[in-house]
Amino acid sequence: MIHPTPPGTRDVLPDEMRELRALAAVLRRAFEGAGFGEVRTPALEYEDVLRRGDERAGPPGFRLFDSEGHVLALRSDMTIPIARVVAARYSDAEPPFRLCYFAHAFRAVERGRGQAAEFLQGGIELVGPSAPVGDAEVVSLVLEALDEAGLRRHRIGLGDASLYPSLLERLEVPEEDRAPLLERLGRRDLVGLEERVDRLDLGGEARELLVTLPTLRGGPEVLERLSGSLAPAVENLRACYELLSERGVAERVILDLGLVLELGYYTGAVFELYDPAVGFTLGSGGRYDDLLGRFGRPLPACGMALHIERVHVARTAEERLR
Amino acid sequence: MTAGTGLTIAVPRGALFADTLDLLDLLEIDTSELRSGDRRLLFSGPALAQRGIDGIVTMRPSDVPTYVEHGAADLGVTGKDVLLEQTEREVYELLDLGYGRCRMIVAARRGDDALAESLRRLGSVRIATKYPGIATRHFADTGRQAEVVEVKGSVELAPLTGLVDGIVDLTATGRTLVENDLEEREQIEVCTARLIANPVAHKLKAQAIDALMARIRGRP
Repeated sequence: MIHPTPPGTRDVLPDEMRELRALAAVLRRAFEGAGFGEVRTPALEYEDVLRRGDERAGPPGFRLFDSEGHVLALRSDMTIPIARVVAARYSDAEPPFRLCYFAHAFRAVERGRGQAAEFLQGGIELVGPSAPVGDAEVVSLVLEALDEAGLRRHRIGLGDASLYPSLLERLEVPEEDRAPLLERLGRRDLVGLEERVDRLDLGGEARELLVTLPTLRGGPEVLERLSGSLAPAVENLRACYELLSERGVAERVILDLGLVLELGYYTGAVFELYDPAVGFTLGSGGRYDDLLGRFGRPLPACGMALHIERVHVARTAEERLR
Repeated sequence: MTAGTGLTIAVPRGALFADTLDLLDLLEIDTSELRSGDRRLLFSGPALAQRGIDGIVTMRPSDVPTYVEHGAADLGVTGKDVLLEQTEREVYELLDLGYGRCRMIVAARRGDDALAESLRRLGSVRIATKYPGIATRHFADTGRQAEVVEVKGSVELAPLTGLVDGIVDLTATGRTLVENDLEEREQIEVCTARLIANPVAHKLKAQAIDALMARIRGRP
């Protein structure tokens, strides 16, 4: 008789394990080499702690009670636990803090969708430096680490979580209409977004901007689409892109004015990693300047997490090409 | 996304098939093999490659979001009804293609008032549907309790046999409803064909996708 594992979980046998270990070792060496020390946090956290990090997040995928009736949850990412660590364990220390991790995170999955409920994340968190310097350090380190891991065709999407909201404000879109627009943008429903923008009865130029902005992605030329009084909205992106050019990684960067991530704690730059061999993103991250304050240590911060198993798929595909 | 440099497009068989092929023709993408009526599911070749198409894969409309989400196809055409039912799919909805217009409705037996009667006396209605997500959401959004029964075949049978009080289903002409002594009670949504894209392909194949979209937008 075969005893199953829960949906979305799996066993890893020695051949794969060796490759995953080797991959993580390369990435760890790159992160440690850049001064990011590895930390480990408990897989279980108090649910209240995780919720404090992201109030807009849905319920955690897995919850349980301890012997005293407290609600515990399996972490759904490492960023919130690390924010807790920094606030609790480095309360007097002088920033910056550079930390990295390799740990499993957990999310609820639906049966039959081929998604992982338990997945291995590897990533970095940079606490202290603000935008754009901190953003550029995180992006370029992740790109270099992936180079060392043997990826050749990976690209990073660079957007700004505050761009569309600030645009809505600058165009004086009524407050009550903003949430529905952002919700459609977050769902990648560009048809619904256009419908909703049309209902606002804006002038031709403002309408055009709200509809086309989410489709603008490519090189630095996309930044030119916002001019005049709207230009400051992309100032952060422009500055970050310039720093990345100086670091020599600009050709890997896709500026993406429509990039929005589902996690609610991002306040500035957001990143997504792509590789042509994989249909899903290899990782994501961004700037979360408000998160540490919720744990009592207000500091700007930025980070990025890689989905190690997907990086492994991309790397395997890369080896086949050689 | 697919690894090639060109695009792979998921085309729905069934009600949207003919109009989707006409659209591809307008884009000067060769559909003669797709129209030949053979049983192949996957089409590729020099004529397609010339237009920047690595392949066309055909499938039932409800499978299109699955292939596109996983990147087995870069782009796909499917109905808004499918997207409303599979809201959790991470795909870009790029364009309303306008054709394949039909409506998602609530229908019940003509003459009697089973829906209201059940709500009033039993506290909830029983609804049969192939779209349990849409039905559940619609009744929840309108503040009514509903017990949703998922069926795979002809939904019209369910209220006639007393299995349920009403149905949620897609209708184009309304003929099937009339023939089965049912009538429309509420409209939930108007559904047309949509162009969807894999999120990674949307970034890495941006130029090809934007060029194709510009041609679709500019079609006569």
